Amino acid sequence: MASRLGKSPPWWQNRRLLPWLVQASVGLVLVLVIAFLLGNLVRNLSAAGLLLSWRWLGQPASFDIAETLLPFNASQPYWRGLLAGLVNTLRVVGLGFVGATLVGTLVGSASFSGNGLVKRLARIYVELIRNIPLLLQLVFWYFVVFLALPNGAAAIQLPGIVLAKSGLFLPGFEAGFQWSGPTLVDGVWQAPLRFTPEFGALLTGLVVYTGAFIAEVVRGGIAAVPKGQWEAATSLGLGPLPSLRRIIIPQALRVIVPGLNTQYISLAKNSSLAVACGYTDLYSVAETSLNQTGRAIEVIVILLAAYLAIDLVISLLMNGLNRLVQIKER
Amino acid sequence: MPASLRKELFATPLDGVVTVLLITGLAAAGSRLLHWALTQADWAVIQANSTLFAVGRYPIEQQWRLWLLGALLAAAAGLSWGVLRGLALPDRPTTALWPRHDRLAASLLVLLAAWAPAALGLTLTIQSRWWGLTGLLLLVRWLAGRYGSRLGKTAPLVLPMVWPLLYLVGMVLIGGGLGLVAVGANEWGGLLLTLVQASFAILLSAPLGVLLALGRRSSLPLLRWGSVVYIEFIRGAPLITLLFLGQNILGFLLPGGMAPDRIWRAAWILTFFSAAYLAEAVRSGLAAVPRGQLEAARSLGLSLPQALAKVVLPQALRIALPATVGQFISLLQDTTLLSLIGLLDLLGTARSVMANPLFLGKSAEVYLTLAVLFWCCCAALGLGSRALERRLNPPSLGR
Amino acid sequence: MPFLRTLLPKLSFASTLALALLLASCASEGGGLQSQKIDLIKNRGKLICGVDGKLPGFSFLGSDGAYSGLDVDVCKAVAASLLGDSGKVDYRDLNSSERFAALASGEVDLLSRNTTETLTRDAAGGNGLSFAPTTFYDGQGVMVAAGSGVKSLKDLAGKPICVESGTTTELNLADRMRELKATYTPLKFQTGDQTYAAYLQGRCLAVTSDRSQLAAKRTSFPDPSAHLLLGEVLSKEPLTPATTNADPVWSDAVRWSVYALMQAEELGITKANVAAKLAQAQANPNQADLRRFLGVEGDFGKTLGLPADFVVKAIAAVGNYGEIFDRNVGPGSKLKLDRGLNRQWSQGGLIYSPPFR
Repeated sequence: MASRLGKSPPWWQNRRLLPWLVQASVGLVLVLVIAFLLGNLVRNLSAAGLLLSWRWLGQPASFDIAETLLPFNASQPYWRGLLAGLVNTLRVVGLGFVGATLVGTLVGSASFSGNGLVKRLARIYVELIRNIPLLLQLVFWYFVVFLALPNGAAAIQLPGIVLAKSGLFLPGFEAGFQWSGPTLVDGVWQAPLRFTPEFGALLTGLVVYTGAFIAEVVRGGIAAVPKGQWEAATSLGLGPLPSLRRIIIPQALRVIVPGLNTQYISLAKNSSLAVACGYTDLYSVAETSLNQTGRAIEVIVILLAAYLAIDLVISLLMNGLNRLVQIKER
Repeated sequence: MPASLRKELFATPLDGVVTVLLITGLAAAGSRLLHWALTQADWAVIQANSTLFAVGRYPIEQQWRLWLLGALLAAAAGLSWGVLRGLALPDRPTTALWPRHDRLAASLLVLLAAWAPAALGLTLTIQSRWWGLTGLLLLVRWLAGRYGSRLGKTAPLVLPMVWPLLYLVGMVLIGGGLGLVAVGANEWGGLLLTLVQASFAILLSAPLGVLLALGRRSSLPLLRWGSVVYIEFIRGAPLITLLFLGQNILGFLLPGGMAPDRIWRAAWILTFFSAAYLAEAVRSGLAAVPRGQLEAARSLGLSLPQALAKVVLPQALRIALPATVGQFISLLQDTTLLSLIGLLDLLGTARSVMANPLFLGKSAEVYLTLAVLFWCCCAALGLGSRALERRLNPPSLGR
Repeated sequence: MPFLRTLLPKLSFASTLALALLLASCASEGGGLQSQKIDLIKNRGKLICGVDGKLPGFSFLGSDGAYSGLDVDVCKAVAASLLGDSGKVDYRDLNSSERFAALASGEVDLLSRNTTETLTRDAAGGNGLSFAPTTFYDGQGVMVAAGSGVKSLKDLAGKPICVESGTTTELNLADRMRELKATYTPLKFQTGDQTYAAYLQGRCLAVTSDRSQLAAKRTSFPDPSAHLLLGEVLSKEPLTPATTNADPVWSDAVRWSVYALMQAEELGITKANVAAKLAQAQANPNQADLRRFLGVEGDFGKTLGLPADFVVKAIAAVGNYGEIFDRNVGPGSKLKLDRGLNRQWSQGGLIYSPPFR
């Protein structure tokens, strides 16, 4: 071993060289693989006559979309159809955030209720929903629950609200600031505010599923607050609700908000399963566009970019919220 | 009413009212569900299509291979169960051969084997095969529990070898080769396809996920940025979009006509998808291992790969185990998305069964059965994970 | 440094090899009657055919595991003409979303899936498909419940209509409703089963698709007589097998295999008598047309890249066009569709094979 002293180590033990060698080889492999794939891609696309182009976005779409906030008809271009799909996605995602947070908070706090039955029910709900795939739940809600509702005059009628096979009808302001409720015209329900069963099934499925996960996050957050805080609050004379509001929740939020970030992003991505319910969200419109134009690469790029953008926006907002709730230690 | 029950349910008047309302509501819903299930529901759709749900269009004359695989799986499961049960907990050095939970599980299995095949209307030979499988599982469990302690220290190391080996043997049995007639992948379906996809993705995404997690924490810029880009790209995309990409684009990325079967395309996409999420779980495990561990290992003369493999990773994987198994459960549930790209996994088979004229409109029965099936599989995995975690992370050792 | 002397040459060798492989894979094949696709199929020993799999009469997977239908018989005929055996077919169930991508990427060799021939699908700047002869001239129709009081498309204004996404059906419906200046709610589903399931559960008032498909699906409804097809035909729907533009030799081989079925009906050659006709042709040197058609003399097969007796094999496997029609969608089947436009040209229909010469 004395002969090794003073000499530079062999190349496989040279600590300065090794990182560069490893990176160079990894980089080379990556470059070769990408070149191979891209070469095949270009060759196959040109053989099929489908080289990358974006002009098809301006062509008339020739298909209609069932329900859109953004007015759209078949003579308008593809990009407008995709935008309408995106608006539909945002619509269900936004309402989904509200609903899932409400359900999750309710069920999560119910785990700490004094009532044993309520606690167990919350536990059963979470364990049940978490272990059944979301897609199965969605098709169940749509085909078994919403499509089994009665229609026409036999619909479920509550004061101001009508639940029928053709949708959920709510009162609202008609054109001209007139408040009116659901009315039965020719056996068909009409109302100012109307939700289709497709939207209803998707929203219900997403809220129930994500609500279970958010309940776990909330429960973990509240459980992370040391028990001493509860006891101190009680000994200060605060009742259960004020102590929850002023002492426990602010501390629990520290743990809850990062977890909520993950769940919100998961909800936004899960909304792409709308195609199973017949709701025309972004993925559904993109799939239709792909079928009618054959432009696979461009459509997939648009889809990935859109969902990535949605995730980034959600992360940004939640990071801002996170900074607000982080308690600055002394 | 016993005092404890009264305290739990009727502590305050409000509690009492809530309890009464909940009990009446649950009883009403429960009785209506039971009434529907026993009288109005038509379970013939499940009975007539049980083979389709289980193995798809697998040729009948080759199904003996699946029974053989089932026997091997039962033996391996019994072995794992017995050996794990035999592993001593620090606070409980000697364990009874059949603790209370195990007795409960065993009796449930026996009940299931006795009732389910008969309820499905299967023939007596097939029913007896199911009894045989259950008997084999319980027998191996008993043997492993009785004599597993003789394996000593090597027992927990043998187990992780058994399952990948069994996977390889299973692939040969299912797909053919080595003298067995080849059965094309587009004839696999139902539960068989779901399990093949899930096990392929689980087995391949585990090492890939660990590599990505290590890469993400690496000090080499190319490795770190490569891992970050990959992980964030995958995590930002819905799985259905990636499956769509795999089905439509993969054919263009390879020389014409060389695209692998649709089933393997989907399996690879599931693997790459799951690896990114696993990487995040393992990364949090890696972050929880004190930095001093790595430094101490290096100062003892271990090279970086050795230090990682022998010191850091075992601790990190132990910490990350719940998140990892959670990801595997998600993967099993994500296989249902294969039905949206036209593959005949369990959900896809269910939908094609409901297209059959005889069974139009029986969606409630089929979906409920599927829900129960998935729930049992995922809940079992969750229970197993919690049991494993208790054994690997004993609370008394502390952290 | 010493390592450079060993490593660098290895790196440069590896990259040169990779580059060479890359360039080699880009090289095109020589000319002549070389068809990559035909060679590929012959090497594989099986024809991969994209079908629907859930449409009785056209392509339906029975509970015994066997496929049957008009489109399936076309696949069998092509397999018989190229490979000599109609059993050497692998069927792939494709829904309307993935059928073109599967064909374009080479996953299936032939798409026989009640696909409508349209300009955008044929155009090189569109989907780039190459269409064989139309095997079923159809039109788009609308099905409603018998008691709903809907008599024409106009009555469906403002109502929900179920339609399968990714088809010409949804485009035609949009166009017709726009002409009538009527709004409506299109409910789109990925697969036919879901579309009809939603219609049967009453979610939509009507379902629209090709008339033959509506009739086929109706036979499997719980109460077929409770549904009726409106008289209106919304569009022309020529259902045609398709291959890609990429291999013209293969496309021609498929085209003339299908024409052979139609020509056989015109000549009165059936599955039962094809052997006798072959013997007759071999014995009689004067019947030049028959001899050339059946491959006894001439080189029709060779010019197409097919075996010389491809016509005989195809007809022996599935019969002529008339037999295929009758067996799957005509009087011999549950659908009992009238031949209508699908008669031979000599009887006033549109089935017309160019001469085999």
